[in-house]
Amino acid sequence: MDIIVCIKQVQDPDIPPRDFKVDEEKMDVVPPANVSPVINGFCENAVEAAINLKEEHGGKVTVMTMGDEKARDGLKKCLAMGCDEAVLLQDEAFEGSDAFATARILASAVQKLEGFDIILCGRLSSDWSYGTTALALAEALDLPSVSQLQKVEKTDSGIRCERALEDGVEVVEVSTPCLLTASNEINTPRLPSVKGILMASRKQIPVWGATDIEVDPASVGKAAATFEVTKFYKPVFDGNCEFIEGESLEDAAGALALRLREDKII
Amino acid sequence: MSNNVLILAERAGDKLALVSSELCGIGRKLADEKGGSLVALLLGGAGTHELAKGIIALGADKVLAAESDILDGYTNAAYLKVIDAVLGEENPNILLVANTSMGRDVAPRLAFRHNACYAHDCTDLSIEDGKLAAIRPVHGGSAISHIRSKTDSLSIASTRAKALPLADIEEGREGEFMEIGVSVDADEIRMHFVEAKKVEAEGVRLEDAEIVVSGGRGLGGPENFEYLQELAKVLKAAVGASRAAVDAGWVPTPMQVGQTGKIVSPNLYIAVGISGAMQHMVGAGPSKNIVAINTDAEAPIFQRARYGIVGDYKKVIPALTEKCKELMDS
Ligand SMILES: Cc1cc2nc3c(=O)[nH]c(=O)nc-3n(C[C@H](O)[C@H](O)[C@H](O)COP(=O)(O)OP(=O)(O)OC[C@H]3O[C@@H](n4cnc5c(N)ncnc54)[C@H](O)[C@@H]3O)c2cc1C
Ligand SMILES: Cc1cc2nc3c(=O)[nH]c(=O)nc-3n(C[C@H](O)[C@H](O)[C@H](O)COP(=O)(O)OP(=O)(O)OC[C@H]3O[C@@H](n4cnc5c(N)ncnc54)[C@H](O)[C@@H]3O)c2cc1C
Repeated sequence: MDIIVCIKQVQDPDIPPRDFKVDEEKMDVVPPANVSPVINGFCENAVEAAINLKEEHGGKVTVMTMGDEKARDGLKKCLAMGCDEAVLLQDEAFEGSDAFATARILASAVQKLEGFDIILCGRLSSDWSYGTTALALAEALDLPSVSQLQKVEKTDSGIRCERALEDGVEVVEVSTPCLLTASNEINTPRLPSVKGILMASRKQIPVWGATDIEVDPASVGKAAATFEVTKFYKPVFDGNCEFIEGESLEDAAGALALRLREDKII
Repeated sequence: MSNNVLILAERAGDKLALVSSELCGIGRKLADEKGGSLVALLLGGAGTHELAKGIIALGADKVLAAESDILDGYTNAAYLKVIDAVLGEENPNILLVANTSMGRDVAPRLAFRHNACYAHDCTDLSIEDGKLAAIRPVHGGSAISHIRSKTDSLSIASTRAKALPLADIEEGREGEFMEIGVSVDADEIRMHFVEAKKVEAEGVRLEDAEIVVSGGRGLGGPENFEYLQELAKVLKAAVGASRAAVDAGWVPTPMQVGQTGKIVSPNLYIAVGISGAMQHMVGAGPSKNIVAINTDAEAPIFQRARYGIVGDYKKVIPALTEKCKELMDS
């Protein structure tokens, strides 16, 4: 079973809110100094799911990302976790790509590879949160897609997918080749082993640009975007918490109940 | 291309899902601004035709209903085929879906197929210079971006639950109703629906509750949700959780509140052992009053709370439960 995983590097979502800064004029985030980007959480789930499938059924896992030089660290980590090959998609023409342009770039790169059974992606990126790239990629390649998986299994006739829903699960069976997106319920990604890190450090990561994957530069990048950003800012919250205190915590709790009653909240 | 707005309504069992009303509310507003009509589409198995008629009272000028066994369980491919055929027939300028496991699963594919602008998870929508404009929280709610479609042709948006007002109900309102044929061949869609398993929470549904008591990693273990259950029973509240508690396997996913869980808007939200990460607050933020109980006075949750107690929940919650019981009984 050959699997391609598409990952994205993102700003660490766990940085404290006070360190999250934006430039309203440039309408972009100002990355905090000394905090390295990380692999988007759902993408790491996708990598783990791919490696699990490979370990059970054989085949190989190729991981790819469209991004800057820092994205290389993410690919290295995936190789160390157990992916077999990695590709970095990078070109000036790619800069400023929206989700659809990203999908076009990924689709062209997939076509350059030797075929696959499954493409695995994350359900959403934690930074710009379009939740669009993966499904647009499925559309670009005319693949059936099943999103937000909490479980994936190979069966005799195809792939059995459990989708994590708001109020339960939905089970769908899909034929290969297909595109699947992972939700966090699907697994807990492994940490790379020392051996894995050593093996990964010896692997070459090819860089493919627009000409390598035969992508029309006019169809990607900022100019191809279907929308424009008109305003970008941090929301403000008033932060007027009244701390309820007392002789003891039990007293404070009693006082809280009374306050809620006075305010007619309970 | 018409000036019409098409909404993808949804069923919730034997009823129309609440998001259908949210979509009608904003859809009506946008259609009026564009000078077009509001068209609604409902898909599903048996009973869909009857249910769909109810959407006229929510403000739709025309309602299309696709009822078929193959639509009884959701599959991306079958739904896409039907919706896409309707897009071709109706030629709307705007398509609105809800950010649900169905809406967010079909919209990106349709948008890419039609080279449309797609705005995901919007908290408000309007028309600027004839084009669809949207407000989208990004980076887990840490930032807000305003975007505007660059195209005059089809634009698609998904709306965030509880962000937009429900439609006014006008009984007896007149509108057109049309049943549409479904020609989806089971063999052509490359996937099939096996089953759906609903996880029914005991008591009040999280999304509908007037009071929610939520627990996070600070509870320390699954058994400690018992503290919250006791309080919830007294207050007739629903119990929710942070993703940390869900990821730890303490409670099931449908209890998760947040960006990738449920969005709740109760009158009172009691956050216990929850730090108040932005992604959690996406779900808890619409609550009218937030109370936080946390050992760390610096926890971000206190910046969003009306009342707070700094301390161990094991001491606070039982006393709070007791006092509430006394007050509720009196
Ligand atoms: C420097 C920078 C500045 C930006 N500025 C803005 C801005 O100002 N306003 C704005 O609205 N957007 C901005 N973007 C967002 C950009 O348009 C998105 O990154 C892109 O549209 C993809 O959407 P997403 O990141 O939300 O991914 P989603 O669509 O949520 O991603 C889902 C999945 O798709 C796959 N995927 C996504 N991206 C990649 C990738 N690059 N390589 C491989 N797989 C991928 C992953 O599997 C991921 O889990 C900016 C991005 C960058 C890098
Ligand atoms: C893309 C993305 C989507 C996400 N979606 C969601 C989502 O939908 N919902 C969600 O909740 N999270 C979501 N998260 C995760 C989120 O960022 C946080 O990691 C998570 O909300 C933390 O949960 P927590 O507050 O329970 O845990 P922590 O942040 O660990 O907080 C535990 C708190 O408990 C307090 N505490 C400890 N002991 C006690 C005690 N005895 N009494 C009282 N208080 C105590 C601590 O002081 C601390 O503040 C998402 C993250 C990403 C990247």
